[in-house]
Amino acid sequence: MSILHTVNKSPFERNSLDSCLKFAAAGGSLLLIEDGIYAAVKGSSVEAKVVGAQGSLKLYVLGPDLNARGFTADRVIPGINVVDYAGFVDLAAECDKVQAWL
Amino acid sequence: MSEVVKKFLYLNRRAPYGTIYAWESLEVVLIGAAFDQEVSVMFLDDGVYELTKGHSTAGIGMKNFSPTYRTLGDYEVKNIFVDRDSLAARGLSEDDLVAVAWEDIDTGEERENIVEVVDAARVAELMEETDCIFSF
Repeated sequence: MSILHTVNKSPFERNSLDSCLKFAAAGGSLLLIEDGIYAAVKGSSVEAKVVGAQGSLKLYVLGPDLNARGFTADRVIPGINVVDYAGFVDLAAECDKVQAWL
Repeated sequence: MSEVVKKFLYLNRRAPYGTIYAWESLEVVLIGAAFDQEVSVMFLDDGVYELTKGHSTAGIGMKNFSPTYRTLGDYEVKNIFVDRDSLAARGLSEDDLVAVAWEDIDTGEERENIVEVVDAARVAELMEETDCIFSF
């Protein structure tokens, strides 16, 4: 019954993450990709919001998109899993459907 | 050198890779170097992500244009400004940014790093002072 939510926009420029967090039901998964990865970086003004979401959603961030933008796992908020493309496929396969917050 | 030297300001507000803005801006800055104007580049909002260190794009199959920023000093760019509030909101500090060296080929004057973190009031002032703003 779970949904895999993906967010590919910067939380500082678009409301994709906000909408996702508002409408995603508990028990779902959220994978941050492309410019969405900035939400996973520690110490930003959206950190509290992301940490709060960990109570009801499982959070993931796509490693190649993180690395492309100059960040490594040590800069990521604790509890967010860094996955590779195979991990992305696994998540999509495990969840019943995918909602992309573009 | 042309007779009239204008102040050009390239203002960047977008993150790299997710959209084409950052790359396009860089291309225009490099092309604009041919015109012998006084050039400054500014990074605000998500634009500050353009100037961060350690980009490694092998995993996403895109060109890593980050090293090009370090050469801007060789392309007539005299000043690079970064908004302090934009860095702070993103959990970044000055240490996360690449350094850009500059040398005047005529006078031999050298500066180790022309990247300067400035506050909002200075950003506003710089926008007022410039003759022409290119927005990305």
